[in-house]
Amino acid sequence: MTPVLEIKDLKTYFKTPRGVAKAVDGVSFSIPKGGTFALVGESGCGKSMTALSVIQLVPEPAGYIAGGRVLLNGRDITGLTEREKRGIRGNNISMIFQEPMTSLNPVLTIGEQIIEAITLHQGKTRKEAREAAIEMLGRVRLPDPAALLFAYPHSLSGGMRQRVMIAIALSCRPDLLIADEPTTALDVTIQAQIIDLIDELKRETSTAVLLITHNMALVYTHAETVGVMYAGKIVELAPAKTLFRNPMHPYTVKLLRSIPGQEKRGLKLDTIPGVVPSATSYPVGCRFSGRCPREMEGCAVIEPPLVERVGGHSVACHLHDAEFMSGPYSRPLRHEPDALPPLIVPHGEREALLEVKGLKTHYPIRKGLFKRVAGHLKAVDGIDLTVKKGSTLALVGESGCGKTTAGKSIIQLIRPTEGRIIFKGADLTTLSEKGLKPFRSRMQIIFQDPYSSLNPRLTVKETIEEGIKALNPGLAKKAREEKIARTLDRVGLGPEAMLRYPHEFSGGQRQRVGIARALAVDPEFIVCDEAVSALDVSVQAQILNLLKSIQRDFGLSFLFITHDLGVVEYIADEVAVMYEGRIVEQGPTEEIFSNPKDAYTKRLLEAVPKIDASLLSAWRLPGDH
Amino acid sequence: MPVILATDLIIFFLVGAIVYFIIASQKDGSLQAVRRELVKNRLAMVCMAFLAFYVAVALLDSVRYRDAVVGDDGKEALSEGGSVIYSPEALSLLDRALSGIRTRTEKTYSAPFASHSYAKESMEGASGGIVRGYPPLKYPRTHWLGTDRVGNDVLFIALKGVRTGVVIGAGTTLVIIPFAIFFGVIAGFYGGAIDDIVQYIYTTLSSIPGVLLIVAFMLLFGSSGYQGGLVSEVHVVWRAFVLNDRLFWLCLILGITSWTDLCRLIRGETLKLRELEYVQASKAFGAGKLGIIYRHIVPNVMHLVLITFVLQFSGLVLAEAILSYIGIGVGPETGSWGNMINTARLELSREPVVWWNLLAAFAAMFALVLPANIFGDAVRDALDPRLRYK
Ligand SMILES: Nc1ncnc2c1ncn2[C@@H]1O[C@H](COP(=O)(O)OP(=O)(O)OP(=O)(O)O)[C@@H](O)[C@H]1O
Ligand code: SF4
Ligand SMILES: [Mg+2]
Repeated sequence: MTPVLEIKDLKTYFKTPRGVAKAVDGVSFSIPKGGTFALVGESGCGKSMTALSVIQLVPEPAGYIAGGRVLLNGRDITGLTEREKRGIRGNNISMIFQEPMTSLNPVLTIGEQIIEAITLHQGKTRKEAREAAIEMLGRVRLPDPAALLFAYPHSLSGGMRQRVMIAIALSCRPDLLIADEPTTALDVTIQAQIIDLIDELKRETSTAVLLITHNMALVYTHAETVGVMYAGKIVELAPAKTLFRNPMHPYTVKLLRSIPGQEKRGLKLDTIPGVVPSATSYPVGCRFSGRCPREMEGCAVIEPPLVERVGGHSVACHLHDAEFMSGPYSRPLRHEPDALPPLIVPHGEREALLEVKGLKTHYPIRKGLFKRVAGHLKAVDGIDLTVKKGSTLALVGESGCGKTTAGKSIIQLIRPTEGRIIFKGADLTTLSEKGLKPFRSRMQIIFQDPYSSLNPRLTVKETIEEGIKALNPGLAKKAREEKIARTLDRVGLGPEAMLRYPHEFSGGQRQRVGIARALAVDPEFIVCDEAVSALDVSVQAQILNLLKSIQRDFGLSFLFITHDLGVVEYIADEVAVMYEGRIVEQGPTEEIFSNPKDAYTKRLLEAVPKIDASLLSAWRLPGDH
Repeated sequence: MPVILATDLIIFFLVGAIVYFIIASQKDGSLQAVRRELVKNRLAMVCMAFLAFYVAVALLDSVRYRDAVVGDDGKEALSEGGSVIYSPEALSLLDRALSGIRTRTEKTYSAPFASHSYAKESMEGASGGIVRGYPPLKYPRTHWLGTDRVGNDVLFIALKGVRTGVVIGAGTTLVIIPFAIFFGVIAGFYGGAIDDIVQYIYTTLSSIPGVLLIVAFMLLFGSSGYQGGLVSEVHVVWRAFVLNDRLFWLCLILGITSWTDLCRLIRGETLKLRELEYVQASKAFGAGKLGIIYRHIVPNVMHLVLITFVLQFSGLVLAEAILSYIGIGVGPETGSWGNMINTARLELSREPVVWWNLLAAFAAMFALVLPANIFGDAVRDALDPRLRYK
């Protein structure tokens, strides 16, 4: 049977001022009817470009398909005219994007958008299309579909919008559905629903699915075949279960081992040093050389081909090539130990550093011409928390439940409506801005988005300097600069970073700058507001290691706000689960995870896709046995 | 005796700011980077040369003084009270430097490099009778751009227009930018009642037709003002100062009617910036509000300021022409491209066409507006560290 999609040696290049960027450089795979193929890998390795090439939407004129074929049901679609391509998009291939906020047109109703898609591609009359639309919206389990037709996108939540996108994508019964990070922007519980929905519809219509995601557990539970992409190439290709049981490429192993979780507590997470090479200048030989923990002498000059080794498991690495290994180039250049080093934060003191009692933060809702207060949005509605010295308290919950507001209220970025915050014997809520000043340096915050958290017009030095100047104005220039250099060194950046601007850094490095900014004023308590959520797993692992080692060295306390339960299991000593402005459950991490009592906590924990625990600790780098 | 007009202060301020930038950029690291970036950009440098020429001309034309009246005896004439009498005509350095061209006037129009006048005249023929013909010019082949209706050299007039153009462009912007930044930023940053008031002001202002406002304002303040030409005692405020300068009022009212757009943009941007995480981080340091505005808000709205400046600059130079046309712009005595274009209306309907006045005005205007646009863009890019090192 011909596969729905077959890609052969696909090459998608970009013309850039620095030369040709080989975003996709010889990728081949196929997806059968009703199958799910997952593409994983670090950010910037070419996953999205592969997807856009398949749907023939490579951004022109800079981007172009430089070679290879894309066969849809056996027919090559690379040479089609624009008109024919448009026919294929929607009729044969549909795509769901990551960002549910921007992928719907805000000025058209849901009905108009979905009906347009149906009439355009299926030649149905408007009346038929309307019925089909209602049916589709019902199928994706949106409440009251008939009424929803008249709603505008802004009145829907992110999860609902993504469901509408799926309804639109599937209403045309495509042969192939491309889902590029379909759940990344959504809450854990909603993520599970969306992915189950795609699965269910796939089974009904036997659509083939190309799934692009950062979430390895999702791949493990929902994909049949996985391609691991690195620097424009697939480096390992295998059935999902096989890949997770026996990852063969050093890159795959590293990637998998950087996922945080319960079983890694007390250990350093595995990280991949360096960054993905720029698409304009790949290394000549193996593209992973330079970062590989098992690099050999020949690796940097001889490129390993993707070769099937055992039962449908292909890998592009010389370590699995007996001939190469017996040859002259197999002398190891680097041989990192396989075992992960321990990273233990001692817990001597158990006294409270910060106590939150009955904290309420309400936002006034203003209405009408004179902006009279018409009511209050109860973002935080009476919470009690205790943060112990030198330990980490995680605050979890779905988006909009008030986590960030709680964090900001605690460190007095927002003045709370009610309640007490006892920090070092003082009630912060009663202090004036001036009275707070001595406490400001004791409490700091690290943000989620490494892009909006740094002022693009200030150098790193100026950014870090600001806090020192505000809180320790007496410090001489020389001492200040030394302090900045020391702090940068502590977060793993060299002193040469000082004079550079934020845009010259990668996401992970920017996050380090953000941490340095907080650290420079010697805080005792840091609120980490989704501090690792926007990062790639491999970078996330580096930052988590950093945060943990800082905690160990300085005895800091963290309030870790996140929706990623794997991170919580790894780093938190205690967890508080928040739901609609209140804390529904609180306790030691292990206890909450093994024996949740509250209904919402249970739902939350069940929704998280998991990789079998027995596999998690069994991953080994190749070449050690 | 020096005469300082209100608008001269604008030029002095402009030149001062340029000098300050040059000096400060020798030391300050980030300004140095901006300067390096600008110097690297060839096109920007060419544009800057044009602009520098214009500013230099404007500056020369803004330093003026009145000569003492010299009596028949070759000595300074004294009034009855024994003080020196000054001529009512204040000549600028430019006037004096170009006095060759300035005083070489013909009777009426003549084409560029012509040797004979443009209009026929009755004159004594070689044989003694009266013949009609083109009389030879007093200064043949010296008027590069021809002469105008009253015989003044067009090159000189066009150069006199430079100061007006620069003053309108720079002066109005000087009014707009502080207003717009101040109100836009405080409205966006503080919100609440302050925001309401600012919004109320600019909504009201922008709902009054601009031209009406300008006419009313100019009639009220500008009508008795100094129009260029002779300085009368009415204009002199304190010995040497002429503050009631019509061009100054024009800048002021043009500024007042056009700061609202920029203010609206800045308010919106500030609303966005205020919530950004680096501002929050700054608050977490207990940094003062003014510090936050200075470090994080203002630098990040500067791109809007520059874009608006570039877009408005050409509009303002043109607005001067239109306002002069309806009689509320600068006075007829003040050399301005607007006045030149206005008179060109009639000239274009003559036969043969008098084209050189119009062309000179356009060329002069073009050579200011285009480099200003390109240079403005270059400055904006140079200010943005994200665009450097490309
Ligand atoms: N318009 C473009 N011009 C030049 N290069 C581009 C362009 N778009 C993408 N690239 C390059 O192509 C490569 C692959 O990008 P792609 O978006 O496919 O990565 P990705 O794997 O989807 O990453 P992510 O996980 O962050 O979504 C990157 O090196 C990127 O810099
Ligand atoms: S061992 Fe060599 S070929 Fe294999 S991944 Fe490492 S660098 Fe590449
Ligand atoms: Mg992508």
